[in-house]
Amino acid sequence: MKMGHPASSYVSTTNACKLCKPLGACLAYRGIEGAVPFLHGSQGCATYMRRYIISHFREPMDIASSSLGEKHAVYGGAANLKKGLKNVTEKFSPRLIGVATTCLTETIGDDVPMILREYRHENRMEGAGSTPPELVNVSTPSYSGTHMEGFHAVVKAVVDQLAGADEKTDSINLLPGFLSPADVRYLKEIARDFEIPAVILPDISESLDGPSLEDYEKIPSGGTPVAAIKNLGAAPVTVEFGRTLFHQATAGKLLEDRFGVPLKMVGTPIGLRETDRFFDLLCGIRGDGVPEIHAQERGRLVDAYVDAHKVLFEKRAVIFGEEDLVAGLASFLAETGVKPVLCASGGRSGRLGEAIEAVTAGLLAEPPLVREGMDFYEMREEAEALAPDLLIGHSKGFHLARRWNIPLVRVGFPIHDRFGGQRILHVGYRGAQALLDRIVNALIEKKQEDSLIGYGYM
Amino acid sequence: MNTCTPVIFDERKGQIHRKGESPFEMDCNRESLAGAVSQRACVFCGSRVVLYPIADAVHLVHGPIGCAAYTWDIRGALSSGPELHRLSFSTDLQEKDVIFGGEEKLYKALTELIDRHAPKAAFVYSTCIVGIIGDDLRAVCGRVSEEKGIPVIPVQSEGFKGNKREGYHAACAALFQLVGTGDATGISPFSLNILGDFNLAGEIWIVREYFRRMGVEVVANITGDGRVDDIRRAHGAALNVVQCSGATMDLAVMMEERYGTPFLRVSYFGVEDMAESLYAVARFFEKEDPGMMERTRELVKEELSLLYPRLQDYRRALEGKKAAIYVGGAFKAFSLVKAFRLLGMQVVLVGSQTGTVEDYRELHDITDEGTIIVDDSNPLELSSFLKEKDVDVFVGGVKERPIAYKLGAGFCDHNHERKEPLEGFIGMLNFAREVYSSAMSPVWRFVPRRTGKRD
Repeated sequence: MKMGHPASSYVSTTNACKLCKPLGACLAYRGIEGAVPFLHGSQGCATYMRRYIISHFREPMDIASSSLGEKHAVYGGAANLKKGLKNVTEKFSPRLIGVATTCLTETIGDDVPMILREYRHENRMEGAGSTPPELVNVSTPSYSGTHMEGFHAVVKAVVDQLAGADEKTDSINLLPGFLSPADVRYLKEIARDFEIPAVILPDISESLDGPSLEDYEKIPSGGTPVAAIKNLGAAPVTVEFGRTLFHQATAGKLLEDRFGVPLKMVGTPIGLRETDRFFDLLCGIRGDGVPEIHAQERGRLVDAYVDAHKVLFEKRAVIFGEEDLVAGLASFLAETGVKPVLCASGGRSGRLGEAIEAVTAGLLAEPPLVREGMDFYEMREEAEALAPDLLIGHSKGFHLARRWNIPLVRVGFPIHDRFGGQRILHVGYRGAQALLDRIVNALIEKKQEDSLIGYGYM
Repeated sequence: MNTCTPVIFDERKGQIHRKGESPFEMDCNRESLAGAVSQRACVFCGSRVVLYPIADAVHLVHGPIGCAAYTWDIRGALSSGPELHRLSFSTDLQEKDVIFGGEEKLYKALTELIDRHAPKAAFVYSTCIVGIIGDDLRAVCGRVSEEKGIPVIPVQSEGFKGNKREGYHAACAALFQLVGTGDATGISPFSLNILGDFNLAGEIWIVREYFRRMGVEVVANITGDGRVDDIRRAHGAALNVVQCSGATMDLAVMMEERYGTPFLRVSYFGVEDMAESLYAVARFFEKEDPGMMERTRELVKEELSLLYPRLQDYRRALEGKKAAIYVGGAFKAFSLVKAFRLLGMQVVLVGSQTGTVEDYRELHDITDEGTIIVDDSNPLELSSFLKEKDVDVFVGGVKERPIAYKLGAGFCDHNHERKEPLEGFIGMLNFAREVYSSAMSPVWRFVPRRTGKRD
C-alpha cells in the first residue's frame, strides 16, 4: 500500500492544512463548563485564534491572555500570568481557568506548573475568593504538533489534573475528540436513547452554538461540568474516538491506568461500519439492542446508499483535514462506492496510513494515497494527476475546488465561507445520511450545471 | 438587572471616558491588561496588515505555523494583477529548529520560494519565537538578496515587542528600504502616493479614479494593489496622502525627512472627509495647476448629486437610531462619527484599540454629551456598554460581531473582511445601505433583548 511517505521534499510550507496547538487547546477548554481558556503568551495569539474560531462558529469566543511584552520575554512571564489569572478570576468568576502555553513562553522557559503552585499558595494566603477556580495547565508550543495534538493534550491534562473516583456512578465517559456542536448534541441524544448516562468531555454542544440572549454571558453556558470531570475515575467504562489514538497515551488510557476504568476505543463513527462499531459498543454496555429510532435511521441510511450508488460509484475524491476526520470520511466514502484517491492531513501522527488501511480494507480495489504533513501546495501538485471529481474537507480547500472546477463538500473545521459550520452533522447514521445527501447533491448539481440540455429530472 | 456597569476593570478606569461627566482625560497606549481579553493583536499583526497587499512579493512568515495560518488570505485586499500575497508562506518551525536555530531552514525556504514564484521582492516576517532563539534575519535576507538579485527585506515584527503600532513601524521601516531604489524619471509634477489604503473590496481603485479625474498621477499604492517597482520609485512623487492614523504615518515622516516629500492626512470614509481630502490635494497643487480645484469641485458635485437623494431615503429610516463604534485605529472612528451624523444617527459609544490622546481628544470634541469613549476595550465592557446604551447598530471587526449578535444588536463589519467598498462617495452609500439593512431587519423583533425572556 502506498502510504505513510513523508509528503514532501519542500522546505517551505504554503497554505498549511493544519492549525497551531494552542488553538486546539482553547477549543477543548471551551467545552468545559464555566471555563475560561487562557493563553500564556503575547496578546496576538489569543486575538488571532479568537478571530479564527469566531468566523467558524459565529459565537463569542473569549480567550484571555497574559499579554506578555518585551520585558516579560526577558525576565519571565510569571508576574503577568498571575495577574491575568487574578483578573480572570475576579471578572469572569470561572469554575476553571485553562492555561495553555505558546511558543513564546515555552521557549523562554516559564515553568507554568510551578507558577500555578505559587499562585495557589499566594492566594490561599490572601484568603481570596470563596471557591477559587480550578487551574489546569497544558504545554502547547505550536512548533510541535497541530491543533489536534493541542486538543487532545487538554483533554488529557484535565483528566490528569482533576479526575478522581470519589462517588459511585453509572455514567460512562465519552471522549469524542473534536466534533461539531451538532455532533455532540446528537451523541447526547444517542446516549439518552440507549439509556446510558454519559459524561462527554469536552462538550461544545452549547458553549459554541448557543441561543440568542438578553444579557451577554461572561462565560457561555454549557460544557462538561467540573464536578463530573472530577469523578471520571469512577466510571464503569471510557469510550474514546479516534483511530490515530489507538494504543496511545490518551486521556482514556490514563483513566484506565490510574483508576482501572476499562477503555474502549473506536474510530470516529463516520459512515455505516464505524457507527456500527460504536453502536455495538453501546449495546455491549447496555446489554440491549439498538433503540428502534436509531435502527430505523440505519435502515434509511442503507436505503439511501442504494438510491445513490450510481451517482457515487467510482467518483474520485480527495479528502483532507484532521487525521481522524479523514479516516472516518475515507471509511464512509469507500462504503458508498466513492473512491478516495488522496487522503491528506497536515497532521503527522504517523498512524493515518494504518487507520485508512484498516477502514477501507476489502472495499477498495486500490488503496488511496495517504499523505501526512501535507500542505495545500503539495496537495495541488499531487492531486492534479489524480483527476478528482470531488473534494471533501474544510473551507480552506476552496481554492483547489475553484481551480479544478469541482465541488467542495464542506466538513470539519474551519468553515469560513459558508453558513452553519457549527451545525454540520458528521457522526452516526444521521450524520452519514446528511453527508451522503450533500455529496450526492453536489455531484448531481455539477452534472446538471455542466449539461447543455438542462435536465429537469436528475 | 444591572443596566449600568460603570467600571469593570479598576485598572482600566482611566481608559474609559464619558463625555460631560468630567473634564476630558484619557489614558491610552498602555500595555493590554493581562486577563482582560483585549481585542488587540500583536506586532506581527500590525506589520502583516500593512505589507500584505503588496501583490508581487513573497511574504514569508518565519515562525511556527499559527502566525501564517491565521493570516492566510484573511483580508479582502484585491490585486489587479499578480496575487502572490494571497498565498500563506511559512517556515513552519519545528522543535529541532527552535533548538538548533532556524536560519538554515529560512535560507532554504526563501531560496525555494523565490525560485518557484520569481517575485519582485520578498518580505520575511519575524515572529515571537524568532526573537527569542535569535536567528539573524538580516544576515540571511542579505545573503539571499545577493544571490537572487531581488530585495529581500526582514520585518522586525516579533509579536511580543509591543502592540500593533510597533508592527506598523516595522512595516514602514521595511517599506522605506524599498523607496528610493527605483528610477523616478518621467513622473508628473502633479503626482502623489496613496499611503494607508489597503484596497479592501477594491477601494483604492475608487480613490485612484477620483485622482485621475482631477489630473493627478498616482505613483505608488502603499500598499493596496501595491507593486514593488512602484514603491521603489515612490520618492519621485510630489506628495504623499496618508490615510489611517498609525499604519503608514512613519513612512510618510521618513520620506519627508529624506526626500522632502510633503504629506497630507486624509480619509476616504464619509462624504465630508472624502470631499475634504480631494480638496486638500487640489489646494496643494493649486499654484501650478489652477484648474484642478475647479475639476475637483465638479467631481464632488457630480458624485454628491448622485448620492444625496438616495442617502435621504436611508436617513429618513435611520433618524434617531443609536450607533456604537469600536475599531482598530481612531482615524476611522472620526469619519464614522461624521458618517452616522449624516445618517441622522446618534453615536453613543466610540472606541479604538490603539488611539492616542490626541485622537481621543478629537473624538471627545466631535461627539455628543454622554457618549462613552473607550481605549483598548474588551467583550465584557463592550457588551455592557451596548446594553446600557441600547445600541441599534454596532460597527467593528470580526471579533466584535458575536458580541453584538449575541445580544441581538445589529452589526456592520468595517474591517478587513468587508466585501463591499466603504470608501469614496459610493462607499458612503454602501455603508448607509448596510447600516439600513441591519437596523431595519425584522429579526430584532424576536430577540430576547426586545421581547424579554421567554419561559
